[in-house]
Amino acid sequence: MLNELIATPLFGIALTLIVYALAQRLYLRTGHILTNPVAVSIAAIIVLLLAADIPYQAYAVGGDYILFLLGPSVVALGLPLYTRRAEILAKKGPILVGVTAGAVVSIVTASGLAWLLGGSREVILSLAPKSVTTPIAIGIVEKIGGLAPLTAALVVLTGCIGAICGPEFCRLIGVRDPTAMGLAVGTASHGIGTARMLEEDRLAGAVSGLAIGLNGLITAFILPLLFWLVGGF
Amino acid sequence: MVRGLGILLLLQFLGELISRGFDIPIPGNVIGMGLLLIALQAGIVKTAWVQEAVDLLLSHLALFFVPAGVGVMVYFDLIRKEWLAIVTAMVVSTFVVMAVTGWVESALDKRRGDHAE
Repeated sequence: MLNELIATPLFGIALTLIVYALAQRLYLRTGHILTNPVAVSIAAIIVLLLAADIPYQAYAVGGDYILFLLGPSVVALGLPLYTRRAEILAKKGPILVGVTAGAVVSIVTASGLAWLLGGSREVILSLAPKSVTTPIAIGIVEKIGGLAPLTAALVVLTGCIGAICGPEFCRLIGVRDPTAMGLAVGTASHGIGTARMLEEDRLAGAVSGLAIGLNGLITAFILPLLFWLVGGF
Repeated sequence: MVRGLGILLLLQFLGELISRGFDIPIPGNVIGMGLLLIALQAGIVKTAWVQEAVDLLLSHLALFFVPAGVGVMVYFDLIRKEWLAIVTAMVVSTFVVMAVTGWVESALDKRRGDHAE
């Protein structure tokens, strides 16, 4: 009976909401960046599922309902963009060049480092679009011949890195302007980084949301081109 | 609230329609973001209609990524085999991208500001 219930949406939805609410409480209590609610929730749910020997597929029945809300949330990012359009348009040149530089550096360093460290062809290709939002990254990887499910996982992990230490790292290296910081974190860590930037500053959050779209567009265009340049790899 | 959610989902639907109809590699939700921007600019959609729904979704944006992240557990074996290459490339590249993007944007913005003075 319990197994039947676990395979209904009720289980995955309830588990995700409760664990996330607890993780948020922990984050508010400690205020420590390492207790980032997304990273803590993911880790806690994985440990719970493994300990109870519940397959991911059973969890995903409910998890998919929560994942579904990501779609309208990406559409919703259009509103802060519209509200802050004057400030963003005033910096359109630096923003476009900044994201393009970030997109190229992301592809070259991610696949280059994996290649230097002896990564297999699949891993190198799957890592290349790691900074791009999940649906675009999967589209790109299917085109160049990597493993789409691995890319989806790497994209989320990359997002967690930016969400956990993006703003702190930016301040450390002297990037303090909200536009520059939002652009940096959004370009490197897509939606998960953007969620953190929305907490930090509304303008930084709006620019970070813009960076998700721009980096996705630019990477979708230049990644196949770059791999073609290195001889189809 | 209900009206706002309806508008966002309709725009995502239209975005999917464009993405699939023209076989564009850009997902429907990203096209939907552009459509919302255009609809607001053109005055077809009023800010007040969507504000509440947007605030609700964006204040919980991080939560919606949790199930995708849990999906990592399916690829543990694969990641374990090449963990050094994967972890190093992912972590180092993420920091380098933030630094380059932030510095380039700041430098260009500053230079342009200096010209304006």
